[in-house]
Amino acid sequence: MTPALLDDLDRRLIESFQRDLPLCPEPYAAMAEALDTTAADVLERLARFEALGVVSRVGAVVAPHRTGWSTLAAMAVPEGRLDTVAALVNACPEVNHNYARQHRLNLWFVVTAASRAGVRAVLDGIEDATGIEVLDLPLERAYGIDLGFKPSWS
Amino acid sequence: MELSPTDRRLLAALEDGLPLVSRPYAVLAERVGLAEAVVIERLEALLHAGVIKRLGLVVRHHEIGYRANAMTVWDVPDASVDWVGRALAASPDVTLCYRRPRRLPAWRYNLFAMVHGREREAVLGRIAALRAAHGLDGVPHAVLFSTKRFKQRGARYFAAAEVDG
Repeated sequence: MTPALLDDLDRRLIESFQRDLPLCPEPYAAMAEALDTTAADVLERLARFEALGVVSRVGAVVAPHRTGWSTLAAMAVPEGRLDTVAALVNACPEVNHNYARQHRLNLWFVVTAASRAGVRAVLDGIEDATGIEVLDLPLERAYGIDLGFKPSWS
Repeated sequence: MELSPTDRRLLAALEDGLPLVSRPYAVLAERVGLAEAVVIERLEALLHAGVIKRLGLVVRHHEIGYRANAMTVWDVPDASVDWVGRALAASPDVTLCYRRPRRLPAWRYNLFAMVHGREREAVLGRIAALRAAHGLDGVPHAVLFSTKRFKQRGARYFAAAEVDG
């Protein structure tokens, strides 16, 4: 997917509704009205975004630590084991983001569970299975407001 | 705000996203055994209370051409970390900005700011501009570009049993 495959209305849809999805019985119709199109067109575009992976979902982003616990975890994995360890981490349903990054600590992932103990159990399980220390870096404070992602299309 | 069992059920049912049908809140309402109007009222209340940060399209930056994803990390003295965090968060180049604990000696950085862009060079340029604009030249920092995305999806706070329960 490249930005060139998104037309002008696609872009306006993405820019306008990362926050403030209308809270009325027919939200997609309300969005369509704001974009001067039809509800069927909005639904077709959203279905295409989801199929292409442009949008992971139309839904809620929950504030950290309000409904459960989460942490950012980091590991220094020997380069030859990176894919194997990443697959083991991915297999945990509590892991929602998992990235290789350029650093001595080269594997970074987010663990989310109903409780702090639940998160700790996942980290302990990964340490036990790999023999590699897992750094536990829970959020202490969030700054600013999550506005979503503001793309510049040029 | 303490979450009621009803609110937890609602948030659990919402974790996979709203259905793409003309009345999505009615579908959600049916799943959790509430009236459509009550679902809308509870979502408004959860947004107002800050439990839900935002309701809308959750965009995957890589798929719209933002291939350069940098986690910038900073070792800011504790006395000024909140001030610097607020300043970085206010920049249009920073999508998320969080304070996290140090883990010495393995990890010295206490402030994390995500910077996304199409090209690595452009992202490095923006990070240099952030350093200059906020007087961070003397602050130890590192830039961790992602080299591979193994997984990216929404958080699941609730056990599967709760979704149906």
